[in-house]
Amino acid sequence: MLEGDPCNILENEFVKPGKGQAFNRVKFRNLKNGRVWERTFKSGESLEAADVMESDMEYLYCDGEFWHFMRTDGSFEQIAASKEAVSDCLDWLKEQDVYVVTLWNEDPIAVAASNFVELEVTETDPGLKGDTANGGTKPATLATGATIKGVPLFINIGDVLKIDTRTGEYVSRVKN
Amino acid sequence: MTSMQPSTDVNGLVQRAALLQRLRGFFAQRQVLEVQTPVLAPNTVTDPDVESIAVPGYGFLQTSPEYQMKRLLAAGAPSIYQLAPAFRHEEVGRLHNSEFTMLEWYRLDFDHNQLMDEVADLVNEVLGPASYTTVTYAELVGELGRSRDELDLAFAEASDALSPGRFFVVDYPADQGALARLKPDNPAVAARFELIIDGVELANGYWELLDPGEHLQRFQQDLAVRKRRELQPVEIDSAFIAALDAGLPTCAGVALGVDRLLMLAMGERSLDKALTFRNF
Repeated sequence: MLEGDPCNILENEFVKPGKGQAFNRVKFRNLKNGRVWERTFKSGESLEAADVMESDMEYLYCDGEFWHFMRTDGSFEQIAASKEAVSDCLDWLKEQDVYVVTLWNEDPIAVAASNFVELEVTETDPGLKGDTANGGTKPATLATGATIKGVPLFINIGDVLKIDTRTGEYVSRVKN
Repeated sequence: MTSMQPSTDVNGLVQRAALLQRLRGFFAQRQVLEVQTPVLAPNTVTDPDVESIAVPGYGFLQTSPEYQMKRLLAAGAPSIYQLAPAFRHEEVGRLHNSEFTMLEWYRLDFDHNQLMDEVADLVNEVLGPASYTTVTYAELVGELGRSRDELDLAFAEASDALSPGRFFVVDYPADQGALARLKPDNPAVAARFELIIDGVELANGYWELLDPGEHLQRFQQDLAVRKRRELQPVEIDSAFIAALDAGLPTCAGVALGVDRLLMLAMGERSLDKALTFRNF
């Protein structure tokens, strides 16, 4: 916990002048807003541990204000996540897919998609026959509303694409 | 990496061997005598910011060979050097390892300025010649009227930023003199220096304090700080005090981190490739 927010430690470097006090230069990521920053502590200083856990949850639906998820542990327990929590993966949210939800004191603060998701194409220019060899690409709009670039020309509406959520790039066609 | 593998590679071993040979050649040429003092001894330093590794029933792994080398000088040894392992409790990181190799040497009738010149000669021989910039502690750290914690943090940040290049930091405040004498012409500062290369603290030297009474006074202050911080209790090394009573000759001494020097020679940013094994 740092300044009231849960954080995770990305880097922790031991710093000590030979005859001086020891310090730890720590790089944090704020789990609520993703902001990364650095703080220096005297070695041995302690911080409050945050009650944070990650849980696999299935995305159910959005009611316009909250995004509802259900635990996959058989308890069928549901939670409602705010727009702030789901903002990082709004483009990749598909009903019945499983996401990693970060809970802080039982409240969802972040939702992360898997590295790859499969989504259906809802809109794209018609494919041009015989034009696949020159490696041309076009944009496509997916079922979530996200638009991605770099889709091959042979992709049609209704095709299901595999997308890398870390880069937002097209990986392959799953089926048509 | 599996656990059998060393931290360095064969090239690293060759570079370390060449460095050790070169260091020994440097001192042989200048007729400085190589000595060996015990790594395990009944007493250790009182310094509140240097924690020793205690060996129950025996004493402590030495954090530097300083006291025992000074006892040799008090017993009539000429200028001496030592290449030895040194140990620090819980100092592990990119530039730290709880066991490291220290090069420490003492020059009779030298002052800190003469010794700084010799340190530069040695470094030039290993890393190639370059120029050295001298900066005072006050210039480096800025406002001195702050708590020791704040000064230490400011020093750590500012010395990191002394990069690239080679820098001697001089004129440490009297209360950070460690075992350096105070400057006769300005007793507010100690005749202590450190060498920082590319942001890495490489060596720490003194025009040595000789007065046994002033030593005892500084050690008592250390013990008071240790008690306040609830650190492991240590006793003042009476054999060292006895040697000072017998008389330490006028000399300057310096300790230099050999693994860090090797790291710089290899163009590395961390000790990983310089250390043979990373056990900590």
